[in-house]
Amino acid sequence: MAVVRYLLPPDGQSWSKLADYKKNGGYAAAENALESMKPEDIGTAVKGSGLRGRGGAGFSAGIKWSFLPSDGRRPRYIACNGDESEPGTYKDRQIVERNPHQLIEGLLIASFANTIDAAYVYLRGEYRTAYDNLRAAIAEAKEAGYLGKNILGSGLDFEIYVHRGAGAYICGEETGLMESLEGRKGQPRKRPPFPAVAGLWRQPTIINNIETMAQVPYVLRAGVDSYKTIGTEKSTGNTIFGVSGCVMKPGPYELPLGTPLKEIIFEHAGGLRPGRTLKAVIPGGVSMPVLTAETALQVTMDHDTLQKNGTLLGTGAVIVMDDTVCLVRVALVIARFFRHESCGQCTQCREGTGWLHKLFQGIERGTGQMRDLDTIEDVCKFMEAHTICALSDAAAWGAGYFVRRFRPEFEAHIEHEGCPLAGVSFEV
Amino acid sequence: MPLSEELKQRIAAEFPKYPEKRAVLLTALHFIQAEHDGWIPKGASAEVAALLEIEQIDVEEVISFYSLFHAEPVGKFHLQICANLSCCLAGARPLIRTFEEKLDVRAGEITEDGLFSIAEVECLGSCGTAPMLQVNNEPFLENLKPDDVPAILLRLRERATAPAGGKS
Repeated sequence: MAVVRYLLPPDGQSWSKLADYKKNGGYAAAENALESMKPEDIGTAVKGSGLRGRGGAGFSAGIKWSFLPSDGRRPRYIACNGDESEPGTYKDRQIVERNPHQLIEGLLIASFANTIDAAYVYLRGEYRTAYDNLRAAIAEAKEAGYLGKNILGSGLDFEIYVHRGAGAYICGEETGLMESLEGRKGQPRKRPPFPAVAGLWRQPTIINNIETMAQVPYVLRAGVDSYKTIGTEKSTGNTIFGVSGCVMKPGPYELPLGTPLKEIIFEHAGGLRPGRTLKAVIPGGVSMPVLTAETALQVTMDHDTLQKNGTLLGTGAVIVMDDTVCLVRVALVIARFFRHESCGQCTQCREGTGWLHKLFQGIERGTGQMRDLDTIEDVCKFMEAHTICALSDAAAWGAGYFVRRFRPEFEAHIEHEGCPLAGVSFEV
Repeated sequence: MPLSEELKQRIAAEFPKYPEKRAVLLTALHFIQAEHDGWIPKGASAEVAALLEIEQIDVEEVISFYSLFHAEPVGKFHLQICANLSCCLAGARPLIRTFEEKLDVRAGEITEDGLFSIAEVECLGSCGTAPMLQVNNEPFLENLKPDDVPAILLRLRERATAPAGGKS
């Protein structure tokens, strides 16, 4: 079946201008919703579509919306998560740079469906082009009556504000984001209370990733039944697989969930460089457990299949490693990243990420010992499921699974007192 | 360092977007950095705190928490190169080394003329177009090779001496 693409314009095109977006069917879903749908019908449609969050956790968007209290408390907010910073991930950037009106339309529909007063798009501070394009698109949408007071004569008032982050991975964590948006260090909050009940400024808040919100107009445009035919039974719709690493054509590929990973790597991303063989693949950003080549060639990219195979879909960021790549160095880069990004609140994470980094550094430099591998395993266990947020788990999975799944390579490094692939592998 | 009236007004113009003034903190710090050669001078935190009606320590701990805020001077052109996984796999290390050699400074340092500083940064979301460079807060330069470095530096030096000023 031919792939219908609805998140990104065809290659090389940008629909950042309102006229281009409207020419391609844009805002029709929002107009129709505001004119002829009841807010609760939209929530039912989003729930029925099976749409799952595209920020990493994969939770049902419709169910998340239904957690908002029905006590009439106002104001109510949307926090839209555009702090994209999971290494390997660059999909939200594509949407905001090239199709920002679809995000705006999604936010507008979500606001109508959930009686929202304002949305804050938390965009990572480094994304300059995305920031400029989104601000311009919001101004255009406002001018055209899609934002502001009494939108399209419906009586709905709704504003979208773009809030720039300032360089901290932890602000992509939903409560870290809220702390940051309120003007504090991005240190995650304990839950409960959950954001739906007490989010931004302790008011009811829904928080969704940019891509999740950009899916919403298409759910209404296509209709629930049609949307559900894309993807698999429990992982519906398209997503943008951001492919990077050792492939001929790295790039963002919009494809249905459930697409075979082998097809993504070897057809869409142009395969490996000549003469190379596949060694390992991270399927969903560096937080997610790495797959061996053997497993990677068998899986399809949906939540259930990946979970059955010992990893998770995460952000769908596919990082491909061929036989030239030293996996000790890969684990070192990942451990270094999490050490840098730990917010420091929880001991397990603050200390654990530091330990992991030092242990991998020693092995990479040739001063590691065999018992370090068991220490890594111990440290990872101590880091998992013991902290306020999942950064600690991510560090333990992202770096730790390299040892769990490729232990002989680490042992060889230790025996060799350095990299057996020195001069061949990438430099770290 | 007193904040200019114009800057204070720009900060105050952000207040209506939020229920609390404190929410403008990150935005205010971005504004100040952009006006003051890419870093936040000492003394600014007390003024921002007064404007936002919070404590000075609230401002200072935010400055130290976020990697985009600099409490010390950086180069007029702050060269941020991603050294995370996808960029490293695509050759970020030789790229960083070339910048270091051409400028005779290491990552984390600033050139004597104050024009350039180099920073190794974490993933900037350019993984499919790696390796990459971000100058200050400008749009990314992507798909770079070490051979591209001399031309990049030449263009930046030209901007620094251009009559219209090269600041972005």
